[in-house]
Amino acid sequence: MAVREAEPVGSLQEVKEVGLDRDDLLAIYRHMLVTRGIEERGHILYKQGRIPGSFYTGRGNEAAAVGVGTAMGPDDVGTPLHRDMGVHITRGVEPWRIFAQYMGREGGPTRGRDGNVHMAIPQLGLHPMVSHLPAMLPVAVGMALAFKIRGERRVALAWFGEGAAARGDAHEGMNMAGVRQLPVVFVCDNNQWAYSTPTYLSYPVENIADRAASYGFDGVVVDGTDVLAVYREAKRAIEKAREGGGPTLLECLTLRMEGHAVHDDAFYVPKEMFEQWAAQDPLERYRTWLREQAEMTDAEEDAINASVKRILNEALERAEESPLPDPKGLEQGVYASVEDLDTPHHK
Amino acid sequence: MPELTYIQAISDGLRQEMRRDERVFVLGEDVGVYGGAFKVTQGFQEEFGPWRVIDTPLSETAIVGGATGAALMGLRPVAEMQFADFISCAWDQLVTVAAKQFFRGQTPVPIVVRLPSGGGFSGGPFHSQNPESSFAHIPGLKIVAPATPEDAKGLLASAIEDPNPVLYFEHKHLYRRIKADVPEERYTTPFGQARVHREGDDAVVVTWGAMVHTAAEAAEQLADEEGFEVEILDLRTIIPWDRERVLESVRRTSKVLVFHEDTRTGGFGAEIAATIAEEAFEDLDAPVMRLAAPDTPVPFSPALEKAFIPQVEDVAGALRKLAAY
Repeated sequence: MAVREAEPVGSLQEVKEVGLDRDDLLAIYRHMLVTRGIEERGHILYKQGRIPGSFYTGRGNEAAAVGVGTAMGPDDVGTPLHRDMGVHITRGVEPWRIFAQYMGREGGPTRGRDGNVHMAIPQLGLHPMVSHLPAMLPVAVGMALAFKIRGERRVALAWFGEGAAARGDAHEGMNMAGVRQLPVVFVCDNNQWAYSTPTYLSYPVENIADRAASYGFDGVVVDGTDVLAVYREAKRAIEKAREGGGPTLLECLTLRMEGHAVHDDAFYVPKEMFEQWAAQDPLERYRTWLREQAEMTDAEEDAINASVKRILNEALERAEESPLPDPKGLEQGVYASVEDLDTPHHK
Repeated sequence: MPELTYIQAISDGLRQEMRRDERVFVLGEDVGVYGGAFKVTQGFQEEFGPWRVIDTPLSETAIVGGATGAALMGLRPVAEMQFADFISCAWDQLVTVAAKQFFRGQTPVPIVVRLPSGGGFSGGPFHSQNPESSFAHIPGLKIVAPATPEDAKGLLASAIEDPNPVLYFEHKHLYRRIKADVPEERYTTPFGQARVHREGDDAVVVTWGAMVHTAAEAAEQLADEEGFEVEILDLRTIIPWDRERVLESVRRTSKVLVFHEDTRTGGFGAEIAATIAEEAFEDLDAPVMRLAAPDTPVPFSPALEKAFIPQVEDVAGALRKLAAY
């Protein structure tokens, strides 16, 4: 089971073959723009002191996140991480709630109990990450186990980074998923830097996806800046899992275009590396493809840009109207009551 | 009412829960074909099949993490650690993920982790521990530690019903040593309600798990020797614990011994003692007394283990001091 290196997606005809129509293509572009827009605005707000704590972005990972998010089925679930804002956007999280989360407001998905990208809307099939990476990977395996036990045609997506791949959780989760052939897709956001640690100090083989063979499933490496190639490979892996074909390890190769968090200027990343990857910026790359292959017009592009700007403006305004959480409520909500089980994702 | 051992009560209770609720399933190492290291799930796989009694690889992290994921999808996993000691391998999944997920994401994590715990049979440093206090410090977890067959069954049913992560400490030294009548029908034993194991008005011993029985023997000695009548209060659940009932007994008897098998420093007894000092200081006729294992790893050799685990004579000695104060 050698690792397969995925081909790029070329013509509009190829795209139609993987099940995307023109509206889907434009929606993908909009999701990528909203993703980057939220993080760019968040960065400014953070520098203005309007966002407490720390601030992380996924610049360079937008195609990987939106591509996988688009490939998920409506009842599929996942545990996206701090470079995967695009997954939240694609699944339909309202952007104002993300700004509210950043700012520690009551309207954020964690109601100010947690910060930055540690959030998710479970009704959209997403569950919030923790800082201890990749602790959510075995949790996603457990979600897949539930689907297998109940005989449901649903798939769990487990995200992890190439840095977190060194930890035991990744091994235990993938091994158990392989043993039981569970409907789970492991998505590695390989952005080549775990804080300041380069890949050659994180793992000694060529690809993270090489490991799939030792767990008895397929490994695929895809260019994580090519949103359509990511979509196609994620779709294949998800549908294979849905049909009972077991897990896949999908490695999306990108470069983290900023520091680990915004306090980090990433001085340790060679300048040429940034230049090389900047030339294949996922948004610019996809925009060019849309114009050349899907005949995106000036008018269409202007309309998308205007709508994204409006979405972001309104989101920020609404987030700022959201109150800060009431300290009197702090000690409530540590323990769940039986009524709290009565939510759609527990059915 | 049938007379059951403590371990039969756990086994029967679990089987009853699995029969009444198809969302309940078991996962762990050697729980299926082998029936569990202590045979709690013997025969379960024949009855419920391999997808409800799941033999896992040797992967405590994946067992507890997997249970969490399955619970988030609506199932009611009961995970078995082969020994409570091995829960350290799953610390992150319990403490970082399961305990905090509801607080952060408003998604309950209804999992039960069964933890065969305690010493008394030369299990050594890695098969004898009572790590309940480590987890009592983690907001979001619940902790139960039954001392009797009846509670073993009732607390297990409550634990499975509870919408939070519950650590179910089952004491290995009670497994086949303690027998009692257990109702055949299903019942639940509420969390946070202490049980009076023995009545008495001269002092109270606050304890749980296997030490309830050690304390009971010592109490009989004191009654015979000195007519000193000791109440034994079995907490049954550590988180939540029955503060009101403990304080009420302290106020009535004015003398208290806090007693556990876990080591002394930072043991849960310290929290109980501090609470009594804060809330009932003026009702005390003697300093709050603590009896626990010394601050060492659990030793292997029977000679050393006997010195480590508090014995009946240690409890009697502490009670004599209280009586004389």
